[in-house]
Amino acid sequence: MSGPLTPSQTVGPFFGVGLPFEKGEQMVPPGSAGLIRIEGQVFDGNGEPVPDALLELWQPDDRGHYRTVVDGDATRGKSRGPSTGFGRCRTDSEGAFSFVTVKPGATPAPDGRMQAPHVNVTVFARGLLRHLVTRMYFPDETDANATDPVLNLVEPTRRETLIAKNCGGVLHFDVRLQGEQETVFFAI
Amino acid sequence: MSQDEREPPYLYPDYVGTRLRAPAKPLVNLPQGFHDFPAPLFPRAIAELDHDLTRQHAGEPIGERIIVTGRVLDSDGRPLRNTIVEVWQANAAGRYLDQDDQHPAPLDPNFSGAGGCLTDDDGRYRFITIKPGAYPWKNHRNAWRPAHIHFSLVGSQFRSRLVTQMYFPGDPLMPRDPILQSIPDQAGRDRLVSLFDPQTTVPEWALAYRWDIVLRGRTATPFEDET
Repeated sequence: MSGPLTPSQTVGPFFGVGLPFEKGEQMVPPGSAGLIRIEGQVFDGNGEPVPDALLELWQPDDRGHYRTVVDGDATRGKSRGPSTGFGRCRTDSEGAFSFVTVKPGATPAPDGRMQAPHVNVTVFARGLLRHLVTRMYFPDETDANATDPVLNLVEPTRRETLIAKNCGGVLHFDVRLQGEQETVFFAI
Repeated sequence: MSQDEREPPYLYPDYVGTRLRAPAKPLVNLPQGFHDFPAPLFPRAIAELDHDLTRQHAGEPIGERIIVTGRVLDSDGRPLRNTIVEVWQANAAGRYLDQDDQHPAPLDPNFSGAGGCLTDDDGRYRFITIKPGAYPWKNHRNAWRPAHIHFSLVGSQFRSRLVTQMYFPGDPLMPRDPILQSIPDQAGRDRLVSLFDPQTTVPEWALAYRWDIVLRGRTATPFEDET
């Protein structure tokens, strides 16, 4: 009875009134054990910052479990910990964003192989008719990253666009929408 | 036609904003199932009255009061219940409550233009709002966006995530709008146009528009191989 899927359209430049919400970028309460900070900027094909982008992070908990919607209550569910695994942050005038979360645990791929710990990153922006999907991996997981089934699908020269850099304890992850250093994006 | 061919391309030069933001390198395909993980809990609280954009301030907003309702379904036709629907829109004069909106049309102190709700057991959502106005944008000479309401849905899966726009039937600006026209086929564009719904219209109070939304399910569903 349903028809084909509803097509996507851009978020446009004025999503600020509708999508960001208070503390959306704080995926765990301040002072939580194992807290990490992720910072970065979004750039366009000219290397200019993108001030009207919105990022969402989706991730499992520190044991690699996705905390999922419990039937009957999509917003609260049966929480076992402080994080829901969902974060949302818009970019500022410098194209910058930041999140506070915990490092996710490793998760098995559908084929049973283990995936290195990673955060799923979704990018929306004016000028993006569809959202983009990428992943942020961790710089201290050299061995797990080397055998990660998704990183191994990516040309070796482009893999580094998916691995955050540790800058004095803060994980730095830039998103380059287009150009020489373009971030690897995945088909949805 | 595959689902990918039904979606707008990333690069659509008539929409100037895509030119420096569309990825130039091909997207990397993951094997089936790698994006099949369930949606996380949504941390934003949705309050009972968030579905009514006309009751967020002391007075009523200026404009044509409307009801916008429909069902959220997965690609197998199953209703998605208790799923989050977020909306935002311009006011009746075509102005957003956003400091970057420079359109010289009045703001309405009684209208913020944002709302949210959870779908019911039939997957149904319902908003009360005012009909948004068309507004100019600088994409090309004399460019105007057709009236539209932005919708954001999380759905049940990572793959379900959808941000899109709902349009109004008969709007003469639609054929001239590169954002809507970026969708390759007419059937796809038509899926973003609501229907006037006389049954839901409330006499002496508000016209109603109906618009159903179909989200991706898990890759195991056969739908995407059809046609």
